[in-house]
Amino acid sequence: MAGPLRIVHYLNQFFGQLGGEEAAGAAPQARDGAIGPGLAIVKLLEQRRCESGELAAEVVGTVICGDNYFIETPTAGDEVFALIAPYRPRLLIAGPAFNAGRYGIACAAVCKMIGDKLGIPAVTGMHEENPGVDMYRRDVVIVRSGASARAMLPTMERMLTVALKLVRGEALAPARLEGTFAQGRVRNELAAETGARRAVAMLLAKLRGETPTTELELPRFEKVRPAPAIVDLTTATIALVTDGGLVPLGNPDGIESISATKFGVYDIGGAERLEASRYESVHRGYDVRYVNADPQRLLPVDVLRELERDKRIGRLHPRFYSTTGVATTLRNSRALGAAMAERLRSEGVQAVILTST
Amino acid sequence: MTPVAKTVGSPRIVPAAGIVHPLGNAQATPEAEQKLRRDIIRRALQALQADVTESTVFPAQS
Repeated sequence: MAGPLRIVHYLNQFFGQLGGEEAAGAAPQARDGAIGPGLAIVKLLEQRRCESGELAAEVVGTVICGDNYFIETPTAGDEVFALIAPYRPRLLIAGPAFNAGRYGIACAAVCKMIGDKLGIPAVTGMHEENPGVDMYRRDVVIVRSGASARAMLPTMERMLTVALKLVRGEALAPARLEGTFAQGRVRNELAAETGARRAVAMLLAKLRGETPTTELELPRFEKVRPAPAIVDLTTATIALVTDGGLVPLGNPDGIESISATKFGVYDIGGAERLEASRYESVHRGYDVRYVNADPQRLLPVDVLRELERDKRIGRLHPRFYSTTGVATTLRNSRALGAAMAERLRSEGVQAVILTST
Repeated sequence: MTPVAKTVGSPRIVPAAGIVHPLGNAQATPEAEQKLRRDIIRRALQALQADVTESTVFPAQS
């Protein structure tokens, strides 16, 4: 490839030297060359070229956008793209964002967009608590950083190492070695010993009080802040939600029997109970005969009607929500849960009893 | 599936009657089954009225 590697750097208002929180509403703008943390990129690239003959590279432009502007403006991504593309970059570096939440989300979103639209490597860095990690780790290469900007130089160093590997078309090492967040990809690798030997070695290490390194990181679940308690049930609208796969006979919405990507919302009007002749469970992760024989065993409409009559609760919401919770990815579950919650809230529901199989 | 609910951090968890019929019991009489269902829902309503700060289980004898 002729000429030096063209790099564009994305920064927020603070690192882009527009100002602090008061400048967080700043619209996207471009500057030729490197600014702020971009100077670290320049310095590190220079070092590498002297030491190991790394390919010539140049920060051709910096695109800056206020964090609030990026999060609140639906067209912000397009505007940022319109400023980045004319530089004809072959690599995008965003941040690092450390533990700044809005900045982290913006950096990762810009990386994803540039990767998708321009097909070039795009790398960012942030702290593990940054919400951008959970939102984008699967789609974007994110390097682990400390919580504060004090770690700028070593973080940028690792970001460049990863980025230049991607530019050269080299495969990245596993996340724990590369210092990135795992993207959830499994790749075949040749090991010197069998799985049984490695497992026993790990167990023995554990018994010795050591901390063996896992070969497969388990998904991390985000902390859910509990909703406040219901003060007065007698005025509350309560909805029934289930992951047990109950749908009207014939499954009109085609809810998947496994690995669900959608949920259904079904009107029960004022029915006293759910009749077995009208409903079925399409869940393929448990024996559904008992629920099909009496849907109340999954969705207790009969008891909630009693409580409604006795004025113990305000009312039973006239629609139930249903999906199948079996081999559903964490990501799908999150998306389904968020969509359900939003719709339930818009329908005026105050509380949910979610029955799970 | 209470352990799963705890693992994922569900704030208010009410142990129920089993995977194949969380709110029923195919072996019981219809009356006993109805009573079981009422009891689980009663605990669910208690859970909804309880202030919790972390994943909390509301067991049968609460």
